[in-house]
Order: sequence, then C-alpha cells, then structure tokens
Amino acid sequence: MTAASGLAVENTAKPPVFWAPLLRDAILAALVAVLLALPLVGLQTYDVGGGALGIRTHFDWVAWAGAAVFAGRFALRVLRQRYDARPMGETKHFAFLAVWAARQAVPLTLVGVAFAVMLPFLPFSSRYLVDLGTTVLIYVMLGWGLNVVVGLAGLLDLGYVAFYAVGAYTFALLARDLGFSFWEALPFSGLVAASFGVILGFPVLRLRGDYLAIVTLGFGEIIRIVLLNWASLTGGPNGISDIPRPSFFGLPFSRSAPEGVTTFHQFFGLEFSPEHRVVFLYFVILAMALVTNAFTLRIRKLPVGRAWEALREDELACRALGINPTTVKLSAFAIGAMFGGLAGCFFATRQGFISPESFTFIESATILAIVVLGGMGSQLGVVLAAILLVTLPEFGRAFAEFRMLIFGAAMVGVMVWRPRGLIAHRAPTLRLGLQPATR
Amino acid sequence: MAYFLQQLINGLTLGSIYGLIAIGYTMVYGIIGMINFAHGEIYMIGAFISIIAFLVLGLAGVTYVPLALAIVLLITMLFTSIYGWAVERIAYRPLRGSFRLAPLISAIGMSIFLQNYVQLFQGARVKPMPPLVQGGFTVFESGGFTVQLSYLQVFIMLLTVVLMIGFTFVIAATPLGRAQRACEQDMRMAALLGVDVNRVISLTFVMGAALAAVAGLMVTLYYGVIDFFIGFLAGVKAFTAAVLGGIGSLPGAMLGGVLIGLIEAFWSAYFSVEYKDVSVFVVLVLVLVFSPTGLLGRPEVEKV
Repeated sequence: MTAASGLAVENTAKPPVFWAPLLRDAILAALVAVLLALPLVGLQTYDVGGGALGIRTHFDWVAWAGAAVFAGRFALRVLRQRYDARPMGETKHFAFLAVWAARQAVPLTLVGVAFAVMLPFLPFSSRYLVDLGTTVLIYVMLGWGLNVVVGLAGLLDLGYVAFYAVGAYTFALLARDLGFSFWEALPFSGLVAASFGVILGFPVLRLRGDYLAIVTLGFGEIIRIVLLNWASLTGGPNGISDIPRPSFFGLPFSRSAPEGVTTFHQFFGLEFSPEHRVVFLYFVILAMALVTNAFTLRIRKLPVGRAWEALREDELACRALGINPTTVKLSAFAIGAMFGGLAGCFFATRQGFISPESFTFIESATILAIVVLGGMGSQLGVVLAAILLVTLPEFGRAFAEFRMLIFGAAMVGVMVWRPRGLIAHRAPTLRLGLQPATR
Repeated sequence: MAYFLQQLINGLTLGSIYGLIAIGYTMVYGIIGMINFAHGEIYMIGAFISIIAFLVLGLAGVTYVPLALAIVLLITMLFTSIYGWAVERIAYRPLRGSFRLAPLISAIGMSIFLQNYVQLFQGARVKPMPPLVQGGFTVFESGGFTVQLSYLQVFIMLLTVVLMIGFTFVIAATPLGRAQRACEQDMRMAALLGVDVNRVISLTFVMGAALAAVAGLMVTLYYGVIDFFIGFLAGVKAFTAAVLGGIGSLPGAMLGGVLIGLIEAFWSAYFSVEYKDVSVFVVLVLVLVFSPTGLLGRPEVEKV
C-alpha cells in the first residue's frame, strides 16, 4: 500500500470491517473460555458428609461462559477496529471526565464536602446511612493515606494494613492498660504508626519498586502473626474488647453518667438518643479525613511533596539533582503510615473491639484497589472508589459475593485500559511552559 | 538425631513443592522482569483441578492408583497451563511498556479475582482428599522414635527430580529453551533476530503453570486438605525461595525452595509452630536487604 492510498483509507467516513478474522478470534477466545471454565465451573465439588466430596455438573454455565466470552470479545474487537480507524485527536477515552473534574475541582469539592456535612440531617437520612457513611469515610481516609505512598511517591505498599493495625492496637492497649481516652491516644496512634513506618521503611526503601512491594507485604503479615500469637499482650485471636468510645469535649455519649459527669444529652438539654454517638463518630472521621486531604494537598506544593512526585517519575534524575531518595521516600512512608495509624485509632473506638482478623492482607488489597481504581494520585477518585466498594454489598447478596471478584477484575481492567486510573490526575503538579497539558 | 532426620525428610518434601512453584516466579522474572503475583493462585487452581480430576476418575471407576495418578497429573498440568496462558494474555501482555508498577498491580488484581472466582464456584470450605498413597519405609529407629519415609514423600521427591531434569533439558537443548535464554538476555535483539517474543513469553507462563500444577497436585496428596486461600502463603514462600536462590536462576529457585522447606520444617520443629510463617518472611526481608541477588543470581545493573 502506498502512502497516498493509506491516506485515502484514513479519510473515508466508514472504514471497512474485516469480519472473518474477528469471528475466528472470537471463536478461539470462546474456546479458551470453555476450557478454562470446564474444570472449575462445570464441575463443582460439594460436601456429601463424612469428610467426602461429591461432584455436581454445571455444563450449562460453561456454555454460557463460552457464549458470553464470544459475544464480548467479538463486540470488543469490532469496536476497537472502528475506534482505531478514527482520525487521531478524537481518541480521548474518559479524558474528558478527568479534564472536567480538574477544572471543576473547587466547586466539586465544596459540593461534596457540603453533602457530607449535611448527610446526617437530610430528611432521608437514617442511622444505617450514617453508619455506612462512616465506613466509607474510614476507607476514604485510608485511601488518601495510602495515596501519599502509592500515588504521590510511587512506592507500592502491600502491607498498609499493618499501620492501620498498629494504630488500632496502640489505642486499644493505651486504653486498657493506662486508661487513655480516644482523644489522648489519637496522637500517639499516629506517632507510633509513623515510627513503625520509619523503622520498617528504613532498611527496605533502597529496594526496587516491586521488591519493596513484596517486602511490605511480608511486614504486614509479620505484624498480623505477631498480634495473633503474642496473646499475653494483645489477647491473641480473641482481640481486645471494651475499647472506650470517644467523648465530645469530655461529655460522654451515654444514657446515664457516673456522679459528677455530665453526659452529652444532659449538657445540651436533649432527649437521650443512641444516634447522637453514631452521628458524632461520623463527624469525627469526616474531620479526620478532611484534615488528611488538606494536608496532602498542601504538602504536594511543598518541596518534599514535589520531591515525592519527581522521585516517582524518575529516580535516577532525582539522584543526579541531589535529592536523597531514601529520606524522601521515608518521609512519604512515615506520613502515609501516620494516617493509617490515625484511621486505625478511629476504627478501634468505633468498633469497640479489635482482633487480628480485621487486619489481613485482603484489607491491604482492598485499600490498594481503592487507590488504583480511583487513579493513583487522585483524591476525588479515592472517594468514588471507596463509595463504590463499601456500598456495593448493600445492593444485595449477589453484589456482596461478587464484590471482590469485580474489584479484582476491575484492577486488571484499569491497568490494561487506563493505567492512570479512571479519573486520572497524575499529571505533575508543577510543569514548565505556559500551556498546562490536559491529559 | 532421629528427630532431626525426620525433619530433614519433611523439609525436603516441602522444599520440593516450594521449588516447583518458585521456578514459575524465577522464569517469568528472568524474562520480563515482573513478579507474577498471581502465580500462587495458579498453584491453588492446580490443586483444585487435581482434586476434581481425582473425583471424576473415581466416578469413572479408575481404581488403579498409579494409573489414576498419571492421568490426574496430565489433566492437571493441561488445564492449569491454560490458566497460566490466559492470565498472561489477559492481564500482562497488554501492559508491556506501561509504567513499572502496572504489571504488578494488574497481577494483584488477577490474584484477587482468581481467589474469589474459585471461592465462588467451589465454595469457601476446605476440600478434604482421602489419602491415596499410604505406607512407607522405616529408615532408621532409635530410642523408640522411628524415622518414616513415606511412599508419597518418595514420589514427590522423585517426581521433582525428574521434572527438574526434563526442564533443564528443555532450557539447555531445545530451540524453545534457546529462544527463552535469548529473550532473557535481550528481548529487543531477540525479536530483531526472528524470535517470536510473545510466543516465548506465553510458553514461559505455560511451563511455569504446569510446574505449579504439579506442586498443587502434590500438596493435595500430601496434606489432604486444600482451600481457595492456600495460594497466597505458598506464593509468598515460593517467591521467597526464588529470591533466596537468586531470582532469574533456575537451579537457584530449586535450591531456594529446598532451603525454605528446610527452614520452615526445622523452625517449626525446634522453635515455634506459630511463628513458622514469620521465619520465611524474615528470610525474605533479610535476603532482599542484604543480598538482593540471592545465592546464585547475577547482580543487576540499572541502566539509564
């Protein structure tokens, strides 16, 4: 094909679609799907009692899987052929969303924060909804904390839940053994978690990115196993219960208080309601999350924040420019850990009970999934992903069962199609030149 | 002494299993420089397919144990290989040339997906498997303590050795092995010289998955229970083995696997069972911090 005819093809309005290879490709994909599904979907093991297994067949499901893959693959290929044939410049994917979100950042944030503040007082609000909102906000805060490490500094931390656990256990132990209240213990939780970040990070931050990921995973597991087995201190698998609830400037949220203590509802002359505490917890985590966000947004503009992003983009260049990678990475690691610890402290006071079961690798993977799906480095994306992750199981049992399946698949999908995340905002904060790029 | 010998045998058996999984990590790392985080799940899928194959054979009336073992081995290797191939095709191939952490994140997503997929379709409960190969030799007897070497342990170690020999042959003396070594040294140059790089990488995943499938079959026979979560810990341990032996080095992976198996067996025997997983993680951290090239690995030079 000569250059001239190549141009001619590009200019035609509707490019031809070559059906035969598409069909062949789709049939092959369906065949593979059938082979994959045959042993694990088509033949289902079940208990027949007495420690023996039986087999059920579900070959109809295998057929459905094959048909679905055939249709999906075929549609995908047809779309892609159309798409690839379009003139350049139209290929923007979801970019318009990112651009729109970036332009409207201030109003969007204001609307979002206003909605979050109003939520407990809205007419359709309920205790259940506020509880759900609290869970979402815990994940938002964890996501924002991890975002400092993964999104800004580009360090993949697979053991983030360790710092969450350290924060939670710090508070639980301080409360149990020394009688600390939530507000007294909160700074300690953050500090202890941050020091754990420094202690664990110091020896390993010289490692390459993927080695670092595995080592942090190892640390996460070590901390969990130690919590599980150091029964004299942590209560082992039984965990620690009766963790004190937070108070409102010294006013507890209880129906009746001991002599000399005024409760919240007495002080404000309200009728006692257990919802007060739920709403109060919601506002505490909302404030903590907002502080995390404000802190992150500010620190991005400080030299250390700029160094994180520079290091993420090119470590060698940073070294050449005299940035000490170890200290810069360590600061990101410690700050991320601190937010994890603070969130852990809140988690402990909200649940009133903690055990190592809350701090498994799955939890780390979940937080990472939130950060990745939101688009690493994007603060808004984390919120959307956290809402999605927490509310998905509430739509029904099927969604609850499929939640992690969907999230795993979505992580792969995001990496394959939009590695910068759905709402990408990984453009450097600072850029030379006049025109800010809009990708 | 007798106790020591028994732990040595147990450790070697365990080490064979870890070594077979570790080869998958080390080969993939050697060629495309990524940690195939989903490899542990491939092993778990191998274990599930083997238990299902045993059940189907039982229903079909195959009762002669060596025949059943051989058939299950082939079936498990075949179907698990397809999983290995599909994982590479779906989750890793589109990411060549993406930013460095992308394949690892994709692999973690794949790992979460596969775990939940198996949990959803096969249930979350542990799957028991009645002992198929029983009996063994008494190696040594002293002071009322007998050292047992079961037939199953002999089978596991022998099969591992046979696979290792076959595997070394494939790498050293076949066109495919030559292409793999070429890709490992310089992928772009290999492509320029007419090596189909995508095919070589796919086949590498297939080979790794086939070996992981064998490990899955072995663990099903050896422990008699499996569940959908076994892949995570086994994967991390096998990765540790690959790093300890020197990632990218095949004899290193086997050596590392055996060492990890021994460390785990002796640690549980002489220190504490509760912290046996910690021992492996500690080894991983120590090796990566102090000697990232491992025992038999080549030093890695970072180029601009």
